[in-house]
Amino acid sequence: MTRDDLPDTDAFGSFVAREHARGRLVVQPRMGFGDPRRMRAGLAATRAADAASVGTITLDSYTRVGDNASARRAVLAGTDLNGYPIVARPPEQTREVLAGLAGPDFPVQVRHGSAAPQEIFRSLLRAGLTATEGGPVSYCLPYGRTPLERSVANWREGAAILAAHAEDGRSAHVETFGGCMLGQLCPPGMLVALSLLEGMFFLQHGIRGISLSYAQQTSPAQDREAIRALRRLASEFLGGARWHVVLYTYMGLFPRTPGGARSLLRQAARTAVEAGAERVIVKTEAEAHRIPTIGENVRALEIAARAAEETRPAAGGDPDSDVYLEARALLSAVLEHSDDIGTGLLRAFSRGHLDIPYCLHPDNAGRVRSRIGDDGHLRWADTGSLPLPPVAHRSGAVTSADLISTLSYMERRHDSGAAPVPERNG
Amino acid sequence: MRPIPQGTSLAGPGPVTVLSGTSSDSHTWNLVFLQLLLEEAGHRVDNVGPCVPDDLLVDRVRAQEPRLLVVSSVNGHGYEDGLRMITALRAAPGTAGVTAVIGGKLGVDGALAPDRVRDLRDAGFDEVFADGDAGAFRGYLERLVLEAAS
Ligand code: B12
Repeated sequence: MTRDDLPDTDAFGSFVAREHARGRLVVQPRMGFGDPRRMRAGLAATRAADAASVGTITLDSYTRVGDNASARRAVLAGTDLNGYPIVARPPEQTREVLAGLAGPDFPVQVRHGSAAPQEIFRSLLRAGLTATEGGPVSYCLPYGRTPLERSVANWREGAAILAAHAEDGRSAHVETFGGCMLGQLCPPGMLVALSLLEGMFFLQHGIRGISLSYAQQTSPAQDREAIRALRRLASEFLGGARWHVVLYTYMGLFPRTPGGARSLLRQAARTAVEAGAERVIVKTEAEAHRIPTIGENVRALEIAARAAEETRPAAGGDPDSDVYLEARALLSAVLEHSDDIGTGLLRAFSRGHLDIPYCLHPDNAGRVRSRIGDDGHLRWADTGSLPLPPVAHRSGAVTSADLISTLSYMERRHDSGAAPVPERNG
Repeated sequence: MRPIPQGTSLAGPGPVTVLSGTSSDSHTWNLVFLQLLLEEAGHRVDNVGPCVPDDLLVDRVRAQEPRLLVVSSVNGHGYEDGLRMITALRAAPGTAGVTAVIGGKLGVDGALAPDRVRDLRDAGFDEVFADGDAGAFRGYLERLVLEAAS
């Protein structure tokens, strides 16, 4: 693997590699506050947590959709935002938020959700930051109405802005968000393929510090397969990059009880360690209800760190697992459309060769369906035009009650205490 | 026909219900759920989707003349976005009289404070539903049908 011969100018990737070599799972919150003092306090508390932690600045929804006027109005009026408005605040102010906290021993990543990230990237670079995340597909289809073609063009520009910055000896690190897609009910093969494709997209645009995401789904065994598949595909297709894998704690409808939330979080940390992911993004007990407090975030970081310490990596697993084969087939279909990943993604989505269940975006074909099997595995119920063996699982019309019942599968399992039996086999 | 609830269900006669997210909110599972719920209550639904700018919503409401507008927001900006949205609708020609309700997770701190709920009503929403109010909403839809019939 070439990933370790690269110069160590990517502070974020270097930190994760170092902690991984020491046997520690890196833990990260999804934290963001509108008020700079609170944002700073949150970063300080994350840094001080009893864990190998990295910091996060999550941006607010106005900044995400490019409505910086509303973000500025909210700043002036002092209204609560659901994240930090990095574009609406002057870079000096963001530097003050970070001063004495961010550095090689505490890298800070900016998380956003924008299909037009150029201004956000300029702002974070001006504030001295180099780590961020997203992707042309994952920050478009689940994030609003921007046409996919526009998003791909924006992300090409965005990646170029970040890559150009490498010149002064500090290079950018970008994490794909493609392993999440709507948070729930997207089969793992598709998540793995999209995460990898977005990583390849970044590499083609000059970004060499990459992390590949995958979001915890409905079965720990299937999640381990997915993480291993992602690692195998990355070593096959991401030559020239230094990469690691990040697992997101469940991104769908979350358990409502504190115990249920903790149980799901611990499961994520165990899965990450068992399957060899280097970093995990946590969720808190407040997830189902509201934006979490600083204290709730720190508690979640420490719970995940303790669960990780009690877990050993599990060797083995079928290299040619179902998830691997499916992801590989989807990936090959895109590469057949074009060697240029951006172009390949556009063509594949327009023909339904990539297709996300339940996605309302007009550029998504909407011919596929998914279901949760009796074994908890997330599967296709209808493969639509995907380049996969046809499946048409018979089921009647979906009612609102059916939808809620499917969406709350994990909530039910963890809130009722039914799931915590740790699975140990690789 | 798409195999899953998506976009609109406009076939057939009778008035339409417009369902919309707010300008800054990208969540869609709430919209998919509400579309199904409305259809089960007999509504033909025009689902405008997430991240709907105020002027797009005004145009859509003017064109559809819906019997009901349902706004959903869960990202925590529902109070601000909702106020702006309903003020625009109430001020614009051809949309001022539409029956409009909003619901979801409307603030960043859990349930919205009573004075904020009042602000939303004063600005023009006919009803404001809290996060767990799907049952109350079903009741509201039943009353709406009865009123229309009587
Ligand atoms: C899945 C999810 C996502 C997915 C969404 C994919 C998609 N396209 O939909 C992704 C990962 C993309 C995402 C992104 C974000 N999310 Co989100 N997300 C969730 C999550 C985990 C589940 C939501 C869900 O699927 N619900 C299922 C549907 C069916 O239910 P529902 O939306 O909860 O709505 C119910 C009620 O509110 C009610 N309801 C809703 N609207 C209406 C309207 C009326 C009229 C009525 C009567 C009822 C009603 O009916 C539903 C059924 O009971 C929730 C947390 C949770 N609940 O577990 C967070 C959550 C909603 N997200 C949140 C936030 C803040 C964001 C982000 C801003 C990122 C961030 N800072 O964390 C971005 C959004 C960016 C933007 N521009 O808005 C917050 C909102 C905080 C708040 N309101 O205080 C939550 C609560 C998480 C948290 N605790 O921080 N998210």
